[in-house]
Amino acid sequence: MQLALVVGNVVAPVKDANLDGHKLLMLQPIAPDRTAVGRTVVALDAVGAGVGEHVFFVRGREATFPFLPGEPPADACVVGIVDHWDLE
Amino acid sequence: MQIGRVIGTVVSTQKHHKIDGAKLLLVQPMTLEGSPKGLAVLAIDSVGAGVGETVLLVVEGKAAGDALRRKGAPVDAAIIGIVDAVTVSA
Repeated sequence: MQLALVVGNVVAPVKDANLDGHKLLMLQPIAPDRTAVGRTVVALDAVGAGVGEHVFFVRGREATFPFLPGEPPADACVVGIVDHWDLE
Repeated sequence: MQIGRVIGTVVSTQKHHKIDGAKLLLVQPMTLEGSPKGLAVLAIDSVGAGVGETVLLVVEGKAAGDALRRKGAPVDAAIIGIVDAVTVSA
């Protein structure tokens, strides 16, 4: 998983039927020091996250697991909202 | 699998029910020489690792979910061992 900041919502009225009803979030992956790293990524939402929240997300096939037995065609999914993190 | 170093802990109250109760640690993957390599990943801890320890990390695939012993858990990284020493010959 990776840390990310939710930077936006994505609205897509026309999408794959298996994506119907799913919320799409725009994420900016971040390093533990809160700096943005890499490209933004669009992810499904399994926990009810919103813009401005720090979250963590899974990539790959595991991104569809929260919606079993449904199989939305997705490669990224927010699976937790982060309260805080502590570094050594 | 990769070798990494635990650099922090993460607290998340609201997470997917399949990962409720799981311990979340930030792990910095390392090169053989011990220097940081790439971005820190958030991993489920199944062995009781702590901050500062060198650990064995699985990323991607079914292995990470298996480490949590919950079918269909949406995780893609897990700590599956604590490393005492790495010996590289030649």
